Amino acid sequence: MSTGAIIMMVLAMLIIWGGLAAAIISLSRRPDASADSDAYETGGTHRDL
Amino acid sequence: MASAEHSSSAASPEQQEARRGAFSSRKVFILAAIGSAVGLGNIWRFPYVAYENGGGAFVIPYLVALLTAGLPFLFLDYALGHKHRGSAPLSMARESRKAEPLGWWQVGICFVIAVYYAVIIAYAARYTFFSIDKAWGSDPEGFFFGEFLQTSDPGVTLDFVAGVLIALLIVWAAVLLIMGLGVQKGIGATSVVFIPLLVLAFGFLVVRALFLPGAGEGLDTLFSPNWDALRDTSVWAAAFGQIFFSLSIGFGIMITYASYVGRRTDMTGSGLVVGFANSSFELLAGIGVFAALGFMAQAGGVAVDEVVADGIGLAFVAFPAIISQAAGGSLIGVLFFGSLVIAGLTSLVSVLEVVVSAVRDKFDLNRVTAVLVVGVPAMVVSVVLFATTSGLLVLDIVDYFVNQFGILLVAVVTMIVMGLGLRALPGLAAHLNRYGSVKLGRTWMALVAVIAPLALGYVLVRAFIDTLDEPYGGYPAWMLNVFGWGTAGLLIVVAIVVTFARRKPVTPAHDDREEVGR
Repeated sequence: MSTGAIIMMVLAMLIIWGGLAAAIISLSRRPDASADSDAYETGGTHRDL
Repeated sequence: MASAEHSSSAASPEQQEARRGAFSSRKVFILAAIGSAVGLGNIWRFPYVAYENGGGAFVIPYLVALLTAGLPFLFLDYALGHKHRGSAPLSMARESRKAEPLGWWQVGICFVIAVYYAVIIAYAARYTFFSIDKAWGSDPEGFFFGEFLQTSDPGVTLDFVAGVLIALLIVWAAVLLIMGLGVQKGIGATSVVFIPLLVLAFGFLVVRALFLPGAGEGLDTLFSPNWDALRDTSVWAAAFGQIFFSLSIGFGIMITYASYVGRRTDMTGSGLVVGFANSSFELLAGIGVFAALGFMAQAGGVAVDEVVADGIGLAFVAFPAIISQAAGGSLIGVLFFGSLVIAGLTSLVSVLEVVVSAVRDKFDLNRVTAVLVVGVPAMVVSVVLFATTSGLLVLDIVDYFVNQFGILLVAVVTMIVMGLGLRALPGLAAHLNRYGSVKLGRTWMALVAVIAPLALGYVLVRAFIDTLDEPYGGYPAWMLNVFGWGTAGLLIVVAIVVTFARRKPVTPAHDDREEVGR
């Protein structure tokens, strides 16, 4: 492989796969609130009282 | 907060949501959305598009398109479905009654796509087994078009091909079973099992391909940058087109899936994972496909650019040749075609769910009834048009026209209507910002209302002019008029008719503003 091709391949991997890793890490730091919402929807309104 | 009053008034919408179905967690939603986005296009379209449009240099327009059009448009779809808690037509109608036909247009497109997409999965399923004994012998091309498909001359026949028909019926049975099981137990559970399996199987395939002789030349051909290509507008158009078609945006899928997600979910953060996961898989596919093509070129004693192919030709002609020549070829074949089946199946389910969900919302049907009402006619059309000797020809035409003058057109119209016509973007941004980690502001609105429609509009106009200049694929004019322009036009007419056929009052989605500050 030529140097140019290797650089572009590594760059693409770093940005795209790195972007995925960063997105997953960032999201995993925020707890999944969808379950809260489900509890709310199935009658969790009493928590408001 | 006066929650007693709130709970009594909200009881009905809550029951309504429970009936519609929901994903049990953010993770299930993300896997289902990835399952939808990662489809055949990632495997057989991206590698070729990247190679044709600047190779390594394509990374730049590709990333620009992802960040300025792909993700912003994905967020628009999420916002519509998540805010309005409905199928594509219902979500559109809840934004504005005038927008409802856009939703039905998307539903029609999904119906058409489902009908032909299923048959490609049927081909791939047959080829998974053909790989074991390399049933195509020494002539993969002759085998595919001749012995397997028995392709007729241009025209439409009713001569059924048993080898396709049986596989197609099995695909439909599997899909209808998944759909019938519901949002979580069917679609969600399928994605939770199959998406990790797909990554494993395809990852293994790529590693195997990288160890084939000639793989390096293949990668060199894909990644060698041609910087001059960046001055060519067609390269930028190709990047926007690839991102757009690959992400499953703009034709109802992401609206529908977002409507099944808990209200407090971080939709923008989830969207980043989905968007980057889709591109990550494409990159992996590019590496695997070109490593394999490098091997094929070396085995045939030719340059890699002489064996490059995409779509049907890549999957059913080039790959069988690679499988026949490589050591352990059968394993490569099972992994490759098995991956196509899984990637295709999870996408097909998502496309069909757009229709099922819309029919349920409009006609108040239970899930199994709606699946049968939608699925059985879809299966019949699919069998009659595509399990015959003329199936591949019709498929090629419908696929091209419904992509360009269906998906792309409705997407551009939706962005303009939402952004400039209804001025819906501030409200939608505020909705996503409530729980989203990526905050949407004026930049997002400008991208959705101006930049993305301009870029995709350019792609659309180019396609329109090209198609008028030169009849697509050299097919007879009547075939293009009926299956191409005719299908694309009929979808718009049907959308308007369905919208007004059974008009009923649209109640807004249960508003959860009261939750703020809890």
